[in-house]
Amino acid sequence: MGRVPDDRAEAVFEDYKAAYSLQQAIAESERCLYCFDAPCIQACPTGIDIPTFIRKIATGNLKGSAKTIFDSNILGMSCARVCPVEVLCVGDCVYNREDSPPIQIGKLQRFATDRAYEEGWSFSEAGEPTGKKVACIGAGPASLAAAHKLRQLGHSVTLFDKRDVVGGLNITGVAPYKIRADQAEAEVEWVLGIGGIEVRTGVSIPTDVSWSDLESEFDAIFLGFGLGPDRFIGGEEGLSNAHGAVEFIESFKLGPVDLSGVKRALVLGGGNTAVDAVRELAGLGVADVRMVYRGDESGMSGYSHEWKAAKVDNVRGVWRTQPVGYEVEGDRVTGVRCVTVDADKKPIPGSEHVLPADLVLVAIGQAKLGELVSDLSGVEVEWGRVVAGEDGATGRPGVYCGGDCRNGGKEVVNAVAEGRDAAIAMNAYLMGAN
Amino acid sequence: MSVDLTSNTGGIISPNPFWLASAPPANSGEQIKRAFDAGWGGAVWKTLGTPIQNVSSRFGAIRWKGNAGVGFNNIELITDRPLDVNFREIADVKKHYPKHAVIVSLMVETRDEWREIIKRSEDAGADGLELNFGCPHGMCERGMGSAVGQEPTVNKRITEWAKEFATVPVLVKLTPNVGNIIPHGLAAQAGGADGVSLINTIKSIIGVDLDTMVPRPTVNGHSTNGGYCGAAVRPIALHMVAALSRDPSFNIPISGIGGITDWKDAVEFMLLGSSSVQVCTEVMLRGYRIVEDMIEGLETWMEAKSFNSLDDFVGRSIPSYSNWGNLDLNYEIVAKINADTCIGCNRCMVACHDGAHQCIHPNPNGIQPIVDEDECVGCNLCQIVCPVPDCVQMVEVDNGFGPVTWNQHLADGSTLRHKKGSH
Repeated sequence: MGRVPDDRAEAVFEDYKAAYSLQQAIAESERCLYCFDAPCIQACPTGIDIPTFIRKIATGNLKGSAKTIFDSNILGMSCARVCPVEVLCVGDCVYNREDSPPIQIGKLQRFATDRAYEEGWSFSEAGEPTGKKVACIGAGPASLAAAHKLRQLGHSVTLFDKRDVVGGLNITGVAPYKIRADQAEAEVEWVLGIGGIEVRTGVSIPTDVSWSDLESEFDAIFLGFGLGPDRFIGGEEGLSNAHGAVEFIESFKLGPVDLSGVKRALVLGGGNTAVDAVRELAGLGVADVRMVYRGDESGMSGYSHEWKAAKVDNVRGVWRTQPVGYEVEGDRVTGVRCVTVDADKKPIPGSEHVLPADLVLVAIGQAKLGELVSDLSGVEVEWGRVVAGEDGATGRPGVYCGGDCRNGGKEVVNAVAEGRDAAIAMNAYLMGAN
Repeated sequence: MSVDLTSNTGGIISPNPFWLASAPPANSGEQIKRAFDAGWGGAVWKTLGTPIQNVSSRFGAIRWKGNAGVGFNNIELITDRPLDVNFREIADVKKHYPKHAVIVSLMVETRDEWREIIKRSEDAGADGLELNFGCPHGMCERGMGSAVGQEPTVNKRITEWAKEFATVPVLVKLTPNVGNIIPHGLAAQAGGADGVSLINTIKSIIGVDLDTMVPRPTVNGHSTNGGYCGAAVRPIALHMVAALSRDPSFNIPISGIGGITDWKDAVEFMLLGSSSVQVCTEVMLRGYRIVEDMIEGLETWMEAKSFNSLDDFVGRSIPSYSNWGNLDLNYEIVAKINADTCIGCNRCMVACHDGAHQCIHPNPNGIQPIVDEDECVGCNLCQIVCPVPDCVQMVEVDNGFGPVTWNQHLADGSTLRHKKGSH
């Protein structure tokens, strides 16, 4: 298992939500109403008992506070930083109903979980060995959550990942002003600290190890391989300054990036990856960063709170504008050819124009990897997503699934919940199959 | 390492020291079962006696900085439910929760009534009895509650009756509405009590409605004095618990009550001699669920202090509770303000100037005030008002004088340091 290098361009980023001091954490936690049957819990995909962990901060029981969080969400440290709390727990805080500032749950969760990391508290032990072996395909948040829960239940686990590093999108994809790769790596170590999780990196499934080999070695399989490469609008092949946004983000999170000479950058798309990318380019020093989206500001799928923060970074939006091709000199893009579209996103005749650019990032989605499981009969794939029930079970006995490859690309916290719950279902399958 | 929270209060054993006090949260079997499920180790059943009729409008609260219930009062009386129902439910709770402590609070008048109700309580399976000699409203007008608790001879006589009839441990719940708690604790002890519980509520008027000009809680244009409780009463309760604990002639266990909101409050009561603690107001405000944090916080604190059982620290603070005359008059501390963390609010300065000894002054060269250490008496007021943690430190000064107490000084004329702040 490789470690993230030190010369990462992302290192220039600071947290955009500052950590609480003890005093601030106590003041905020004492403001919590300690609601009963609280809406914040309902809004958390992992169902953390939020009022309880906050009260424990207020009473000085920080160890208990961290335990409450990790009992529900072993990736509680990264989720505290990367969750879109504005649309989850914080967004549902009852204070919103009286137009009072909601409790800053993410910052409080960060306070408690950071303390646990600093103090080296751990709350979970591996269960009595069952002799059962589970393979987790992909080593991102879904598989990590599944692996940890499986270990608590006494099964042995092997994580497979095609990359050298373990952690998936938390390492390679999350905006560095939320969490940096080294912090995500520390979390991976914390999760693996339960012991008994074997890691096989640099292994692609099913090219390097076939499904049938996996099924003969392991008693159950968890599919957590995430999403595939960036999608493109066409015409990017061979261009040195047009990249998929996900690929570009991974490059500066895990190494240096040269943006000298880039004065104008365009990001194509209106989702959360596009919003991350514009903020990241601005943070990396690009003076003029614009997001090109075919809809209106109100219609973009990226979170409005994130876009609001991006605008503070001087990023601009180019609305109702559809990229259709590139202006190219040699192997370099000089501009993106666009048409203006109407409210129904239909091109307006004669509106073709060129937006000049030194760098173009394409953030219009990622490929789905459903075809990876085409040899696994019984596992259904729809629109590239693996089909699974609430408990993560696919149509093939012993094969479970969670995270982006199942939900099409949601939050880390969704992946954690799906991984954890699939592990519980796998335990029932494994022990029932005795 | 795991710690043992088992609590023993005069022979009443519970899996942890956290009990529900005799009050609305312990009114019925259904409630107490949910409390035990949440983690409470014991419950003192809401006082049984001749069922009463309650008034409508029963509670009042002090709202302080957005937090309702820092101080709380009530004019509710003992159980208003038929005794048959209560006893049936007690038996049912004990059947399902044999290891939890169910203590039945009792309040009746005559010797025969005490005999009868004690027998029925024991038949139902009570692990212990608590004699309610504390209620300061309503029942005392009928010659019970605090009317008993305020008269040591009556207290002792009824305790003797109870001990004569009871086979399970008997606790006497004391009223704080007395000048000195000690004779009342000793009366219970002399009557044979296995322990005491304190404090019951403090006679109070919680406030007056400024529109109607009727005190609260208001019952059809009138009000009455109630029993005051909640976090605000804790220091009074701590003192009374400690006063009994350190009295050399008082030797029976204490169940501590009064404004306990979390594990830290509970530990304070235990350090001053409580073998178990009872909680009501905080449960009324936030529910049984608070006990999870109380258990966890206590365990974590015990682990940090390397304590294995409650006996390792119950009463541990008593030796350091002295009379004023035994405090060292030559010990000297002064305030030091941390220039790096001071935010320049000047609250310490105004507090010192107006409320203490005029020894904190403006700083012509910076935002942080300057302490005149030659005049600082070391009163702590600046540290108390400072909003920044650890910004004001009280630091010991070596003044060259050895320890001398007032009593020593009186006895042998030992030299005292010069007085500060008396300009």
